[in-house]
Amino acid sequence: MKRFGMPTLIGISFLFCIVPSWLGWFSNYIQFIITLIGINIILTVSLNLINGYMGEFSVGHAAFMGVGAYTSSLLTVYLLTENPFFGKAILPEELSILIFPISLLIGGVAAALFSLLIAIPSFRTRGDYLAIVTLAVNFIFKSAIENIDAIGGPRGFMGMGKVVKAMDNLVSFPWLIFWTFLVVVFSIFIIRNFVNSTMGKSIVAIRDDEIASELMTVNTRWLKIVAFMLSCGLAGVAGGLHAHTVTFINPSSYFILQSTYILVMVYLGGMGSLSGSVISAIVFTILLELLRPLDVWRWVATPLLLIILMLFRPTGIMGSRELLDVFPKLKKYFSSLQERLTNAFIKS
Amino acid sequence: MPLLKVDKLTHYFGGLRSVDNFNLELSENELVGLIGPNGAGKSTVFNLVCGLYRPTEGSITFNGNNLIGRYPHQITSLGIGRTFQNIRLWNELSVIDNLRIAHFSQIDYKLLDSLFFTGRLVRDEQKVTQEAMDLLDKFNLVPYVKELPRNLPYGIQRRVEICRALVMNPSLLLLDEPAAGMNQGEIGELINLVRWVKDEFKVTVWIIEHQMRVIMNICERIQVLDFGSIIAEGTPKEIRDNPLVIKAYLGEEVT
Amino acid sequence: MTLDFFIQNFINAMQWGSFLALIAVGYTLVYGVLLLINFAHGDIFMVGAYTGYFIGTFLTNNFEIKLPFDLPSWVVIPLTIVATMFITALVGVAIERIAYRPLRNRGAHRLYLVITALMFGLLLEYGNLALLGASDRQFPNLFDKIIYSIGGITVTNIKIYVILLSFLIMGILWWIVQKTRWGMAMRAISYDRLAVPLMGISVDQIILFTFVLGSSMAALAGIMYGTAFPILRFNMGMLVGWQAFIAAVVGGIGSIRGAMVGGYILGFTQIFVAAFLPSTYRDLIAFVVLLLILAIKPTGLFGVPRRTKV
Repeated sequence: MKRFGMPTLIGISFLFCIVPSWLGWFSNYIQFIITLIGINIILTVSLNLINGYMGEFSVGHAAFMGVGAYTSSLLTVYLLTENPFFGKAILPEELSILIFPISLLIGGVAAALFSLLIAIPSFRTRGDYLAIVTLAVNFIFKSAIENIDAIGGPRGFMGMGKVVKAMDNLVSFPWLIFWTFLVVVFSIFIIRNFVNSTMGKSIVAIRDDEIASELMTVNTRWLKIVAFMLSCGLAGVAGGLHAHTVTFINPSSYFILQSTYILVMVYLGGMGSLSGSVISAIVFTILLELLRPLDVWRWVATPLLLIILMLFRPTGIMGSRELLDVFPKLKKYFSSLQERLTNAFIKS
Repeated sequence: MPLLKVDKLTHYFGGLRSVDNFNLELSENELVGLIGPNGAGKSTVFNLVCGLYRPTEGSITFNGNNLIGRYPHQITSLGIGRTFQNIRLWNELSVIDNLRIAHFSQIDYKLLDSLFFTGRLVRDEQKVTQEAMDLLDKFNLVPYVKELPRNLPYGIQRRVEICRALVMNPSLLLLDEPAAGMNQGEIGELINLVRWVKDEFKVTVWIIEHQMRVIMNICERIQVLDFGSIIAEGTPKEIRDNPLVIKAYLGEEVT
Repeated sequence: MTLDFFIQNFINAMQWGSFLALIAVGYTLVYGVLLLINFAHGDIFMVGAYTGYFIGTFLTNNFEIKLPFDLPSWVVIPLTIVATMFITALVGVAIERIAYRPLRNRGAHRLYLVITALMFGLLLEYGNLALLGASDRQFPNLFDKIIYSIGGITVTNIKIYVILLSFLIMGILWWIVQKTRWGMAMRAISYDRLAVPLMGISVDQIILFTFVLGSSMAALAGIMYGTAFPILRFNMGMLVGWQAFIAAVVGGIGSIRGAMVGGYILGFTQIFVAAFLPSTYRDLIAFVVLLLILAIKPTGLFGVPRRTKV
């Protein structure tokens, strides 16, 4: 029975997202929204690791996303296109299909390294310290990019459209959706594995009682830094995807407002619920699009809706439960390794 | 060579001297008690040994390892298990997860194994679960495996906590007031449990306790702490008759 | 660097620091009592500035609806200040009553309160944008600006008033928190939340009082900001408010003295960086300095580490 689990689910979503886009059944706008949903899922799921499972409070996810966005788009634009920033292309366009995923990866690594810089001093003490540091990181990132004139400074950076086009010219395929889809699956896969392993679940123990964790041999400092880097690295990859989706980025795109949206999606879904994160990323992205006709009032309606939701459901959509807890019958197909092991022992 | 050697341990909280020139040698498979009035610094001694606080002076050696300056998780990984005055189980995690996570220093797989679900992870998780279940079985806790600790009766929580402290295969077990909040029946069970644990797991037990019934019944040797320094040391009988101890507990007026 | 130049920037920094300190106090008060980072507080400051704008414009007869007579400025100024503080405090209290208290009573996780605060901040900010539009507003002149020139230094009377008034207000606040019964109750709550109701003090009332204090300080900062830099913009709450929050943290969040000192430290860093380097470096260097301070002293300058009993 097990083989009908995850692969089937992934296959079905693949069919519904990518094949119609490929065949041209989806308009560009719908493709854009699908990509955006995917990016938001990555961001939400990854931030949930810190703010949900670990119970810390990071408000700087957009900055890490921005590091990834700038790194990967600088790379692709520099290597593959003729542009006003760096001049002629260095590599032939045909390599874009290869360079693009590599640049995403490098963007993620850059974001992870940047987060290490933040994490080392931040996790010395508990409490709201990380919130403060990451808040400052938002300002530092924006201010730093604004001061680098070579990449456009506050005016922003562009040229990623050409890269995407180059890929499409080579092989007509919805590359962005494809890569977004892969990264979404990858993010959920590794985070789910992590939080369901003894090593990863220890971050929940840290949230619950840090001193007890430390005394029960958990290397809390190392674990917190690792989880933070993992989360920020994924945000960096999402940033790379985002930059190539919107094709024009400026420092304000990765400022506090963006961080706030990611936070909202995490808490809307529920702290420590992966399926909640996925659901809330989908709902929130679509909601923002549906409210688009409201123009400025959209930005009034969204927080208002969320405040009302918080008042009626103060633990988010899913609380800390997963979809599996809501539909216990599915457990047969999707339960985690640890649950299976435990059940096997209880039965024997 | 003693298992644990604490030498001239002194610690200040700000200007307050909470532990003053504390000395102790524990040998293998001993059962030693630490008693004293509230605020005498007993838990502070435990916290110093575990590395939660940094001593102002003195040295602590465990199995030949110097413990000063190490992180708590390093110290406990060397084989020191402990329980807490106010039970500190992870209440958001099931009993089995509580035990599994205490295996943290013993898991062999690396971070990447846990992210990518490798065979090594599966093997190791199996081993960890096996060990945890065996331990729970010995403590008759298997029926509670999937419960959250906060939903369990108090006595059971205490038992789970002691069980969790044995996960790291300790050679030294620190019990911080295990009988706190227990009724007489539960205390009787606890006394048997501590004796059984000591023999079954071949551990040295170092116990802080207010319940004289526990201390006098099980300890081979007792130290009495008052205002951070040792005022008496000896067998239960010697301690019971020691006038200094009576004075520390009951005040000056008693004659 | 000449002495003139230094003194000039010193005065500017004092003024800028005063705004930050007054707003930072609001963050710190709420945090001390509720352990809540009240992210809406920056926008309360914005509400204060706009309320001051409307009341001031109305009283100086520059509004669409006119008074039948002109008021002398010694009536207009205190009236504007008091009315603005009152209305802003109402907004602060309303947020606490509508959102924070119900959530608290339902035992929601602390971080959900923080998110709600963030949402309220956005609501106020974009509510303003939607209602009043993106165009900047010109704060009315409540009194005539006088420029004194001493050597190379120019000082306006506004700067002097701002600095002096801030010191006065912070002195009063200090007295309220340290000496009055309400202030003592506030401090008691930050030490032990459970014991306070046992002493016969209503926690909800103290929380309300805290929001009144914090919001009216922000209102005052808003009026003074409007007088000093007469351009109001819908996102001013975010731009200034976040910085004030960081200032509160550097001083040690929860400590009122810390909020004041932190405000001035941030003010001085920003003004002096801008004096020597291109002003775009202002935020970058200021925040890096703040992070360094926190790296050395994680609890902030006047913060006390919380010790958990093991």
